Amino acid sequence: MTQNTPPPHPGFHTGSHQDPDPAAKPLLSLDLRRDMGAFTLKVKIDAGPGITTLFGRSGAGKSTIVAMLAGLLTPDSGHIRVHGKTLFDSASGIDIAPEHRHIGYVFQDARLFPHLSVAANLRYGMNRQVAAKRADSYARVVELLGLEHMLARRPGRLSGGEKQRVAIARALLSNPRILLMDEPLASLDAARKSDVLPYIERLATDFDVPVVYVSHAIEEVVRLSDTLVLIADGRVAAQGTVEDLMARLDLAPLTGRYEAGAVLTPTVAGHQTDHHLTRLSLLGHDMYVPALDMAPGTPVRLRVRARDVSLALTRPTDTSILNILACRVHEIETRNGEHNNSALDKTSHVEVALRVTAKNDGTANTHPQTVLARITRKSLHDLKLARQTPVYALIKAVAIDRHSLGGLGRGAKRTNSLKK
Amino acid sequence: MSWSLTPLEWEALRLSLKVAAWATLVSLPVGIWLAWVLTRRRFIGHGLLNALVHLPLVVPPVVVGYVLLMVLGRGGPVGAWLYENFGISLAFTWIGAVVAAAVMAFPLMVRAMRLSLETVDPGLEQAGRTLGAGPVRVFFTITLPLMLPGVITGAILAFARALGEFGATITFVANIPGQTRTLPLALYTFTQVPGGETSALRLAVLAVAVAVIALIASEALARRAHALTRGLGAEPRP
Repeated sequence: MTQNTPPPHPGFHTGSHQDPDPAAKPLLSLDLRRDMGAFTLKVKIDAGPGITTLFGRSGAGKSTIVAMLAGLLTPDSGHIRVHGKTLFDSASGIDIAPEHRHIGYVFQDARLFPHLSVAANLRYGMNRQVAAKRADSYARVVELLGLEHMLARRPGRLSGGEKQRVAIARALLSNPRILLMDEPLASLDAARKSDVLPYIERLATDFDVPVVYVSHAIEEVVRLSDTLVLIADGRVAAQGTVEDLMARLDLAPLTGRYEAGAVLTPTVAGHQTDHHLTRLSLLGHDMYVPALDMAPGTPVRLRVRARDVSLALTRPTDTSILNILACRVHEIETRNGEHNNSALDKTSHVEVALRVTAKNDGTANTHPQTVLARITRKSLHDLKLARQTPVYALIKAVAIDRHSLGGLGRGAKRTNSLKK
Repeated sequence: MSWSLTPLEWEALRLSLKVAAWATLVSLPVGIWLAWVLTRRRFIGHGLLNALVHLPLVVPPVVVGYVLLMVLGRGGPVGAWLYENFGISLAFTWIGAVVAAAVMAFPLMVRAMRLSLETVDPGLEQAGRTLGAGPVRVFFTITLPLMLPGVITGAILAFARALGEFGATITFVANIPGQTRTLPLALYTFTQVPGGETSALRLAVLAVAVAVIALIASEALARRAHALTRGLGAEPRP
């Protein structure tokens, strides 16, 4: 069930020095099957550098996949290869023990050893590193995750966010070839989440370790993913970039219907400090969002919820709405192959996918930009919307919160970390 | 009446402590291993092994002593083999008393350890494996330290039980002064002779005192170990 992964877009990873080589072997290649009782898990995933997120509902099989990767669960059949090394292969009887897989694992519940100090927890897996490098990497990881003040403490006296930071540091110090993170933020409240997220964002770039990140929270996925893998009922429903998958109407039931929204990839154009706004540039259009701490030229990821988008046939002039994008209707949602006006379809609203019309063609980002809008069936009918109808998408700047904004893949994160 | 112990009482007390200490020490590694096997492993015969371990708790001690005599006595299959090949005789020696005490105390030890091991999250052991530790290192650096409260409680319970062992001991190794006459056997002997009431009472008080000390020590130790493993103990030096 190979999904057609879109080719890397030139200029998409602006700032990145790692141009993806299409001929290169994937860092991680897995093809697994396991009987789960209620359903059979059957997945095939190829992942490259950066953060690969496995996204799906609870019970879809995401955690099972990472547990099999780490060797904590045995697949019924299939293979796992990391950096070209086979860790599991049912055909040739290879099944490397977890301790020899060199795979770091950050669990949802941190799993720090309660009888050891934070420092001793950190050192537990360090003997896998070359002895000469240990002191250096220890100091670096402790500094990057901000653990200096808690080294002597016991895990029992740490907050949830601190525990997860120690768990991440501990996994990093075991010198992993790949780092698995199984919903590391799920047990944290919103404030703790935003404490830990920046550290995770920096992992793939600062430590150059590929990350497989399991989540069922769309904000984390939008912020972190380089590659997004949608998992549903033990299958890979789709695999690709966040921008492409979030724009697909057919995947809306999986990406979350209520929270549905496409991801735009503008670049920072400037700051309006007196209004606490940041101006972004998207295909020549100006967009305004609450102030961002990012340098001009930085590509960002912007998730716009479908329910925050209104449509107009002519450009409104006297309006409080700051973001008005000229678009064309690309696709109108049809459910289960029914016609939109079918009497059987009880919902009052419909989702419309729009393509942003480029203002100054060719200069900026050439990747098509999609906006999803959720409008009533009545509006759809009254405005007589159809494919290719020119419309204006209206987005309130205040509807775009911090949680909807993230760096764009490895390129943007690198720019960020250089800036700091 | 003198407060100091008579040489006879000393002999019984020393022998009791020696037998109980050896019985505890010898059964400790076996007990930890069995507690681990019974808690962490599922296999055919699991129930049977579990029943076997707990058997001495429910059958009369005399029966246990009799079985030991049949198997380990000079005429028993194992006893004869031991004597012919190594010249070791268990019956009617203090080593036999150690075996009897160990077997009788074993179920208590394993029970306490299992209870403690069940509270150790297997997820922590998995975490250890992903950090590069093999099963043996995981056991000694994670599982064993975390089940320490149970190991301490189990050891002290076994020690106390071994101190009080009577039925299996007298059946297996008889009542030989200086060899197998432990505190309870000495007490029993005094109750069988006319005018031995005072001596019996003194030994009874002694036995109670030793048991109370053992229990208090066990509580204090287990509490400290518990605090340590829950991550709330005194801050260790970095």
